[in-house]
Amino acid sequence: MTKELLIKNGRVIDPANNIDKVCDVLIADEKFVEIGKPKTDTKNVIDAKGKLVVPGLIDIHVHFREPGDEEEETIASGSAAAVAGGFTSVVCMPNTNPAIQNETDVEYIHRKGRQARKTHVYTMGAITRKREGVELAEMGFMASAGAVGFTDDGNGVQNPAVMLRALKYATMFNLVVAQHCQDDNFVGDGVMNSGYNSTVLGLPGMDKLAEHAMLWRDIQLVKKTNVRYHAQHISTAESVELIRQAKKDSLPVTCEVTSHHLLLTDKCCSNYDTNYKVSPPLRTEADINAIKQAIADGIVDTLVSDHAPHLQSEKELEFLTAPFGIASLECSLGLFVKALIESKILDWPKLIELMTAKPAKIIGIDKGTLTKGAQADVTIIDPNAEYVVDVEKFHSKSRNCPYNGWKLKGKVEKTIVSGEIRFQA
Amino acid sequence: MRKKSKKLNWTHKHLLGLRDLTAEEITYILDTAEGFEQISTRSVKKAPVLRGKVIVMLFFEDSTRTRNSFVLAASRLSADVLEFTKKTSSVSKGETLLDTAKNLEAMGIDMIVIRHGAGGVPEFLSRNINACVINAGDGYCEHPTQGLLDVYTIRKNKGSLKGLKIAIVGDIAHSRVARSDMWAMTKLGAEVTFVGPPTLMPAKVNELPVNISYSLDEVIGKVDVINMLRIQFERMGGNPFPSVREYSHYFGLTVDRMKNAKSDILVMHPGPINRGLEIESQVADGKNSVILDQVKNGLAVRMAVLFLLNQAAMQQKKINKKL
Repeated sequence: MTKELLIKNGRVIDPANNIDKVCDVLIADEKFVEIGKPKTDTKNVIDAKGKLVVPGLIDIHVHFREPGDEEEETIASGSAAAVAGGFTSVVCMPNTNPAIQNETDVEYIHRKGRQARKTHVYTMGAITRKREGVELAEMGFMASAGAVGFTDDGNGVQNPAVMLRALKYATMFNLVVAQHCQDDNFVGDGVMNSGYNSTVLGLPGMDKLAEHAMLWRDIQLVKKTNVRYHAQHISTAESVELIRQAKKDSLPVTCEVTSHHLLLTDKCCSNYDTNYKVSPPLRTEADINAIKQAIADGIVDTLVSDHAPHLQSEKELEFLTAPFGIASLECSLGLFVKALIESKILDWPKLIELMTAKPAKIIGIDKGTLTKGAQADVTIIDPNAEYVVDVEKFHSKSRNCPYNGWKLKGKVEKTIVSGEIRFQA
Repeated sequence: MRKKSKKLNWTHKHLLGLRDLTAEEITYILDTAEGFEQISTRSVKKAPVLRGKVIVMLFFEDSTRTRNSFVLAASRLSADVLEFTKKTSSVSKGETLLDTAKNLEAMGIDMIVIRHGAGGVPEFLSRNINACVINAGDGYCEHPTQGLLDVYTIRKNKGSLKGLKIAIVGDIAHSRVARSDMWAMTKLGAEVTFVGPPTLMPAKVNELPVNISYSLDEVIGKVDVINMLRIQFERMGGNPFPSVREYSHYFGLTVDRMKNAKSDILVMHPGPINRGLEIESQVADGKNSVILDQVKNGLAVRMAVLFLLNQAAMQQKKINKKL
């Protein structure tokens, strides 16, 4: 017997199909059946009046720490956080312990994701064995197991010849190669952006040159190989310009931006609160403005949380020794609303596009739309509802979130994955 | 001068750095230190102001001068001192810094004097425990009592810092002394020049309230005070200069260079000295040198700091009780 679900009277936004109108969405057997005024006598109805009905949100950059650091996060807890944040698909980074570097590892992530039964869980595989930047990992086996891309995230591939080899080899699989752009030679033991604030705080700085030096290098390699390349969490004005030029040159280059690189600056580190310690580090107001301009100009392809959970006890260490990372998956949408909609950089359809259709395209999955026949992933958002971030209410196992106490707009009401309500506020 | 500063109501329970203090507050500490300097000249070198208080010396980095100076200052004020070093603590057993501090506090510690290799650790402690926290050097952030004793020494010799030209020479990037000196000296009206190779200047040094020079020869004739920093081989990564020989050639304070200096220039050094490297022995021991006075003055300054912080803590306790 067919199971139907009708979402009524919401403002339906489906950027991929150019839809933005008040209407109904009918789902049956985990698939979209009709957008408009479908005829049905189902009793299974959600009244979405005054709400936004959008394709399920996608975050292509999260850390769920499994396997290896399950005390910080598991795929189950991370998945619960994801649907609470409105995300119906996430991409885990392979910097686990051990790293995701063969088909068994990839299958393990997928299985744990299915068992959690919250969000769709994808993973990228490592570019190099143990993410050491020396020998290629088994990209082919990972690709056939369903990895959606490759990255040594956390480590940039330092050796240009190794990166060139990786890009060449990846052309066989038509998967994206993503890079955490950071030339370690310029970073040393740095823990925050190099600048006035690092100087007066007496903390070793990370020169922003580290990011665009590697990005520039990689763009040269892309020119040679023409493989799809994705710059992760770009954080500087210089990186933005490099991406802008690469796009002008029609290179297959995409990039992502995190919420913290839109909302926070290195000034935030001034009381040594380790919740502001993140890599790439928080930069300056000028960088934020350049990134916002790039978003307005359509240069940025997707928005991510870079959800990086850590134990409280680890974050209670000295700024010098505490680990890098911010956990913000659950309030991610609200943060982007604050950074981009409230400051009039984007309207809702554009924001939704950057969090649905566009990231789906980067990782090559058939999601991020409400197209008839597609898997029924939907997020229902109350655009005007205000809420206060409370880390104690997080589904995530971690609390390393500098936004605790922030007032945000854009509340996730319901998250529907494969036609099933997996979260409701 | 002392009458004037007595009006100030000292409210700080912690001394984390000089960046956040006002010129009036710095002057108030210096004036208070003047009073304590006399105690060292008495036959009975003790005052009972910290009797019954427990001060822990929490040192995660090597120190001779600063640590001994604090211990002596504490005992002159009749406090009990608990020594805690990295080697004898449970930090080596994997206890976090916060746990160590909380345990010490549970033992009834009133004040913590801390030195640590990481910038911000004193601030981190001050936010998490009730005891007074005194920064005895954190990474390359600040070394406030060194900054205070430096300006104390200058004031004593020159009367005031207003309008003085001061050079700080050497590894600025990795120096907490340079930072604390800069804040204190500029607040008190001096004009500070950082001198050293560009590879030993911190990021955005041009945004700091100082002049910058890469040539000691250009600066040496113009300044009233010169503070020679120790080359800290343990902190410098890579090789910021090609050789010690070349560094000394450009930035060593030699007898030859001193010929171009003002006759009444004050020569300072926070110690320990690398003789023949950043400063020649004849200069370190010469008539312009106040290096040993700095050490002596450090004692009075640290007594003043312990005294003032304790007073502020007692006042806060009283207020809390009333509430």
